[in-house]
Amino acid sequence: MTTLTTEADAPGPDRPGDGDAFLSVRDLYVHFATEDGTVKAVDGLSFDVARGRTLGIVGESGSGKSVTNLAVLGLHNPRSTEVAGEILLDGQQLIGAREKTLETLRGNKMAMIFQDPLTALSPYYTVGRQIAEPFRKHTGASKREARLRAIEMLDKVGIPHPQSRVDDYPHQFSGGMRQRAMIAMALVCDPDLLIADEPTTALDVTVQAQILDLLKDLQQEFGSAIVFITHDLGVIADIADDILVMYSGRAVERGAVREVLRAPQHPYTWGLLTSMPRLTGDVGEELSPIHGTPPSLLAPPPGCPFHPRCAFTDEVAGDRSCHRDRPAPPAGRGAACHLTAEQKHTFFTEQIKPRLS
Amino acid sequence: MLRFLLRRSLGALVILLVISAVTFFLFYAVPRDPAMLACGKNCTPDALAVIRKNMGIDEPVPVQYWHFMVGIFAGRDFAQGACPAPCFGYSFATQDPVWQTILDRFPTTVSLTLGGAVVFLVVGLGAGMIAAWKRGTVVDKVFSSASLVLSSMQIYFVGPLVLALVVYQLDLLDQPKYVPLTEDPAGWFLGLLIPWLVVQIIFTANYTRLSRSSLIEQLQEDHVRTARAKGMSGRFVFFRYAWRGSLIPIVTIFGVDLGSLFGGAMITEWTFSLPGLGTLAVDSVRNTDLPMVMGVMLFAATFIILFNILVDAAYAFIDPRVRLS
Repeated sequence: MTTLTTEADAPGPDRPGDGDAFLSVRDLYVHFATEDGTVKAVDGLSFDVARGRTLGIVGESGSGKSVTNLAVLGLHNPRSTEVAGEILLDGQQLIGAREKTLETLRGNKMAMIFQDPLTALSPYYTVGRQIAEPFRKHTGASKREARLRAIEMLDKVGIPHPQSRVDDYPHQFSGGMRQRAMIAMALVCDPDLLIADEPTTALDVTVQAQILDLLKDLQQEFGSAIVFITHDLGVIADIADDILVMYSGRAVERGAVREVLRAPQHPYTWGLLTSMPRLTGDVGEELSPIHGTPPSLLAPPPGCPFHPRCAFTDEVAGDRSCHRDRPAPPAGRGAACHLTAEQKHTFFTEQIKPRLS
Repeated sequence: MLRFLLRRSLGALVILLVISAVTFFLFYAVPRDPAMLACGKNCTPDALAVIRKNMGIDEPVPVQYWHFMVGIFAGRDFAQGACPAPCFGYSFATQDPVWQTILDRFPTTVSLTLGGAVVFLVVGLGAGMIAAWKRGTVVDKVFSSASLVLSSMQIYFVGPLVLALVVYQLDLLDQPKYVPLTEDPAGWFLGLLIPWLVVQIIFTANYTRLSRSSLIEQLQEDHVRTARAKGMSGRFVFFRYAWRGSLIPIVTIFGVDLGSLFGGAMITEWTFSLPGLGTLAVDSVRNTDLPMVMGVMLFAATFIILFNILVDAAYAFIDPRVRLS
């Protein structure tokens, strides 16, 4: 769920209030100290996810998607990273929590699926052992019980012959099977929060669809909250309930999936949508990328971080506010943009929508 | 595994054959005549011819090489007497049988190598692990800079320094010497203590640096992060996940080091006047002593190749992705 305070004009499905959020991130800042200065990887981000819901986080590389979620798990190196704000997991504050506390939550109450299943699984231990490890740690199960559990999980994620594959090493698995094993590993303790960091990016399209179906099925069964990170809007449309679009470490647009994809309000989201190739389009048709490059996180542009790449800055009333003022982050359905609601609607329906159909 | 060892052993034989040929023919490229050296100042052409014949260097070089190689496998007869296989002939300089000399010298080298290796492996890996575990802290900085300084040291510098201090200044120990372990274990230990420590100082520093950098590299691997994300403790992840992967470069270097040390630690043995294979190799080259050069060379090469095979076999135990066949 992505609600802070529901805007009056926000339509959409009924939203649970703050109290129902299982994961609640408030004003999150993640800054890295580097030799060149401070990298503001996440710069004031808030969102909520409720049990049984899926939040899709979209954005370019370097927009802060992965950093945010590594911060939720507390996996940043504390020596070079400054994390501020609030991360509440089921009401428990995770920022500043003791490492021991985080260890009992990781893999247990919150789990993560990583992008590249080849490098994210250890080559030195069997798949079964890697799945059984967190189960033994968090439940105190015996070696035998944990092994049976690993077989059960492999079966659940659709690995054939789990009794024998449990003793295989990751390199003996195909890419899709490795990602399934990774999911089995993340779900072995029935986590209430599952963070999937581009889990399908390294896979081919048919396997990708299978993995998405698997995640949906498992969510139905376990009722977990899922945070799904991707840069693929097609995947988001398939799996997410809500969308958070990130740019330069901030939220630029949020809302229910249908709202954001049908009537996006932020020029950056428009850019993402129009840059997708269309199956129905002419083969010779040129793709229209978003011009420019993602902003430097060391010295982000003043004002709206998207303004150097935005085609609509001249339309904003007032004296160069895009260059001067940082737009307020969207609360509930909305976009962080200086354009008025009417302008957003007009520009989208007149200029953007025709290019999408 | 058996097929792997068999195939590698055959390969090793080929390599040794090439090494023997190269060494043999290179020896004759050196413009020094061993017969002239043996003949002395008042040498007549007749005496020289006799010496040449006795040394077996009156024949064409390829024929000599053939006799030499046959001797290794089948034994040979010399003016000094019969020489059973493996026969490397008799030393030009001392007239001693080469093979027996090598066998006599080998225990010194083995004692020096194994004693040093145990210490430098344990201490070096340990220090590297502590530095990697505490990376970025004062401990790490002290360990890293100390190991950088120590690994830049040379045995022929540190050795005499330690000798001057421990033996001559403080009179704590006697001059290093080799006493067979079977004769006098305490004497063996005390006699080799200084060489061990000096070898160890330099090698330990190298292994500290190697194990630290290799561990830090492993700690940045994705699968280490995954293990952390599963809730495994920092210590568990460090020892189970990162350490395992860090072993591969260490085993590689350790195999090379051990192999070449078994062939004779020339500088160390020379520095402490220990009668091992290293001093034997240096002496034989200085004396233009062909049979001894060949013997020591092939003996040392065998160990280097042997440890290379062992390292490759060890990979299979460390990394299941390595398949030996």
